Amino acid sequence: MPPKQTSVKKIISIDKAKKSQKPMKGRDIIVKALENEGCEVLFGYPGGTSMEIHQALTLSKKIRMVLPRHEQGGSFAAAGYARVTGKPGVCMATSGPGAINLLTGIMDAKLDSIPLIAITGQVPTSVMGSDAFQEADVVGATFPLVKHSYLITDIKDIPRIIHEAFHIASTGRPGPVLIDIPKNIQQQEGIVDFNVTFDVPGYKPNLKPAPQQIKKAAHFIKEAKRPIIYAGGGIIASEASEELRKLVKKTGIPITNTVMGLGTYPMDDPLSLHMLGMHGAVYANIAMNHADLVIALGVRFDDRVTGKLAEFCKNAKFIHVDIDPSEINKNISVDVPVQGDLKQALKMLNDAVEPKKDIGPWVKQIQGWKKEFPLDYQLDEKVIVPQSVIVETQKLADKDCIVSVGVGQHQMWVAQFWRFHSPRSWLCSSGLGSMGFGLPAAMGAQVACPDRQVINFEGDGSFLMNIQELQTLKIENIPVKNIVLNNAHLGMVAQWEDRFYKSLRGHTFIGDANFAEIADAFGIKGETISKPEEVVPALKRMLKHKGPYVLDVKYPYNDKSHGHVIPMIPGGHTYLDTILNQTHNLREYWKEKGIEP
Amino acid sequence: MQHTISVLVSNKFGVLSRISGLFSGRGFNIESLNVAETNDPNISRMTIVTRGDDQKIEQITKQLNKLVDIIKVIDLTEENFIDREMVLIKMNAEQKNREEILRIVEIFRAKVVDVSPATYTIEITGDEGKLKGIMELLRPLGIKEVVRSGRIALSRGMKSIN
Repeated sequence: MPPKQTSVKKIISIDKAKKSQKPMKGRDIIVKALENEGCEVLFGYPGGTSMEIHQALTLSKKIRMVLPRHEQGGSFAAAGYARVTGKPGVCMATSGPGAINLLTGIMDAKLDSIPLIAITGQVPTSVMGSDAFQEADVVGATFPLVKHSYLITDIKDIPRIIHEAFHIASTGRPGPVLIDIPKNIQQQEGIVDFNVTFDVPGYKPNLKPAPQQIKKAAHFIKEAKRPIIYAGGGIIASEASEELRKLVKKTGIPITNTVMGLGTYPMDDPLSLHMLGMHGAVYANIAMNHADLVIALGVRFDDRVTGKLAEFCKNAKFIHVDIDPSEINKNISVDVPVQGDLKQALKMLNDAVEPKKDIGPWVKQIQGWKKEFPLDYQLDEKVIVPQSVIVETQKLADKDCIVSVGVGQHQMWVAQFWRFHSPRSWLCSSGLGSMGFGLPAAMGAQVACPDRQVINFEGDGSFLMNIQELQTLKIENIPVKNIVLNNAHLGMVAQWEDRFYKSLRGHTFIGDANFAEIADAFGIKGETISKPEEVVPALKRMLKHKGPYVLDVKYPYNDKSHGHVIPMIPGGHTYLDTILNQTHNLREYWKEKGIEP
Repeated sequence: MQHTISVLVSNKFGVLSRISGLFSGRGFNIESLNVAETNDPNISRMTIVTRGDDQKIEQITKQLNKLVDIIKVIDLTEENFIDREMVLIKMNAEQKNREEILRIVEIFRAKVVDVSPATYTIEITGDEGKLKGIMELLRPLGIKEVVRSGRIALSRGMKSIN
């Protein structure tokens, strides 16, 4: 329990601060401290205990305040900003319901290792703990969701805590940091010292990989006959995409990406095996499970990648490079653990490895699998096939455009059919899988990169979850292009119903809506299409339009295989159980061809 | 296997919640937990007794280390260490048992710290084996109430956590 503060009082610490400095209000100190940390955009929704800070923000010349229409939208927008820039995204909400509405965004940032600062107003310290109006113990509620959190109880601590929060959020393994600030601290006046240094004895992430481990890794790579690189979001967090490309170029080892790692390696390169995992490329999963060495870079052996752990890459040895020691040996026991910053580790590794001249047969075998099991879909003459919309969009879009997605079938289709080639261009709630992510994340990215094209693919269910942000797009003139793949169903769950529950619909039909008309109501241009021949002209009109746009693409949910995300490894199974089509899984397919896995 | 883990933490609001939340959230088990200030008032020391295979203990120590308020984590089980726990036991001390209780107290070098016409309160300090021994002997004589401090531990010899 913090000390009770009865009234607004002036605290002057003459020893540190300059005598000439005038007393400032807590709220102004907060804004100045944020400016000092390089904060240029803040996504905040005001309320009783945060309006003081908004009063200060409205006078700031350095920080652009964007008003989301729901706090969750603000948290995802801040994450979108962070994902494209690498800098901490900042969101803010008032106490109680406002603060609690940030929780989904905070957890999303935790699971995807995104630097996020969440600022929450809190009731005055004099009434904290009394169940005051709009009081919620948000620090307590977010313990398991944050990388770290603070409750500010002394105005003098504001600059130090904000500095620590930005440092902790953006260094080591990035993550969300919450700062809870009672209203009386915002109103109090004082002279504080803005000269702050970072001194937290419990926070010293080790960045430098041990040279002997790099040496060992290089030796394992030298000995391997069937090596594969499995690269994830850590490559993006450590800005190591270039070093990764060098490693592949120098060694010739094939590479597959996690959904978080898309863009770290160009997919048009023959050595790219696209995405692995539950909805990944069949050839990526086959190659992983036939490898004798898995070089895991900034990944966490998530269950959506491994399936049944005991059967995963049974004959392989593992090198695992990660900044977070707790990720090493968490799900998989590895042979060569390398703890440290991936960029540094890859630089060292690139110096230590030699071209792999002995993996020709392995690469050839993989190219064979690539040809045999391409990521594919069937076109239809009468109805729009959603995968084709994604492919056609990329043909027309700017090469450096940013792609955002919600969660569900459409998300996996974009992951499968968009050809990624550069990091920080892909916004996807990967770990938490939070529906409603796409639109606000795209909004945050567009605010960060006003000159780049930002395209948001959504499912109808996902789009509805934060559709209020259309108003933000309109009022702030944020020109995000939204493509709603609208099948009136919660398609991913319906797909599971078809596969595992005899198509019994358990509340997965959500009903039809005309999203172009909804856009129109917000003053945003929109169009609804439902015929295959309408796709390309409609996309052209959308991309030509200057402002925000909603393209509502209606297509029927279809329980035949082309309505499903295929391939698919059912949860907890192995790559051999990959559903290839309506009739076969990989095990059966190989059995018919007389191939031993 | 049981492990005794010493943790130095910043003496800040919420740190105990962060640690207990980490244990419950990840399905780790706490057998006992003791926390109090060290000779530096900014730093508290916790002694956590937990159980698990090597992989689980590795995760526990790594996850603890990730918490920003945690300064140091040492699994004492890997080395020689002294551990102690204190127990206060309130006994039904009827006439026929009073002599026997005192004899047990003497054998175990425990102390009677409070007496009433019908009760003795016994204080004993020791490791787990010693405490288990006295409890077993006292139980048939009628224990009214027990309170235990949770384990505290230090490594033996010159070694220090600081």
